[in-house]
Amino acid sequence: MADVLVETPSRPKIQIVPLRGLPIVAVVFAGLVATIASNKLWPLEFYHVVGGGLWTALDLFLGLVIGPILAKMSVPARAEFSARFMPKMLLIMPTLVTMTLASGWQLARLVGNLEVAYPKHWWLTASFIVVGVMAVIAIGLLEPANIAVLFEMRKPEPNGEVIAKLMRRFVYTAGITGVMQIATLVIMTRLASW
Amino acid sequence: MVRKLPPIAEIAVAAMALIVVGGITLASRLPHPAPLPVLVALLAAAAVLVVVDVVLLARLRDFAWALFFTVAKWTLLAYTVMYGILEFTFVYDHVTGSTLAVLTLMLAVFAIDVPLLFGFSVARYAG
Repeated sequence: MADVLVETPSRPKIQIVPLRGLPIVAVVFAGLVATIASNKLWPLEFYHVVGGGLWTALDLFLGLVIGPILAKMSVPARAEFSARFMPKMLLIMPTLVTMTLASGWQLARLVGNLEVAYPKHWWLTASFIVVGVMAVIAIGLLEPANIAVLFEMRKPEPNGEVIAKLMRRFVYTAGITGVMQIATLVIMTRLASW
Repeated sequence: MVRKLPPIAEIAVAAMALIVVGGITLASRLPHPAPLPVLVALLAAAAVLVVVDVVLLARLRDFAWALFFTVAKWTLLAYTVMYGILEFTFVYDHVTGSTLAVLTLMLAVFAIDVPLLFGFSVARYAG
């Protein structure tokens, strides 16, 4: 009987950290340091608005659009998407967060927002609390899950239960981060229109 | 059979939350002087939690230590870059004295806490 060669579909090789993205991150961070050192309005506004806008848009898009679509996809399709998508998020989100927060702080100093008296100062305090909540969720819950899923998916036989358990964090926290991002939009537009 | 591990991740997140509360407390008090006793108390509590975490982690047997250190090492490198930018911002803004010291120590506690959390979160599922 002739041997039958069975071709098994190959899984995408997962690169935990997409190395090609690192030079882009380096350029963004170098520009951030230069921007802070310059203490000029336009570059600070650029970094803060671009970083914050992308961060908010990505969070809301992922939670409200991509998440529900992913939930309806087959497990192999979900796995293939995640294998390509999650490494990029590992670089993109911390970069956006760092550029937004660092430039935002300097911008607030430059335009005098940090010296505003209460009760107007409550808007700033609210923004600090919102950012703080998002930081704890992102760094404490989502990033570890992101990395753990990628390592699990690299195994010869990934444990589907572990992956499902870790991915559920994204579902549970999507509501909180969504509300926080909308709160950010309200607060930031309020601050900008004083 | 699922192995029950001590709440290392939960303690790490609690330490992180204390540091973040400290940062919010400081920032929301500006331009008034930083409430140092409050900040020091939060920093001390976070540091204690991180020490507890390190002890709990060190006592683990049959743990994927190579994987833990691989992930923790690269996380530390990445976050050192980000913390470095934050520290640069503090110094550039002429934050000095005890306020700078407390902020730097907060970043230092973060620098241990986050790699520990990431390394543990990956290594616990190494099987």
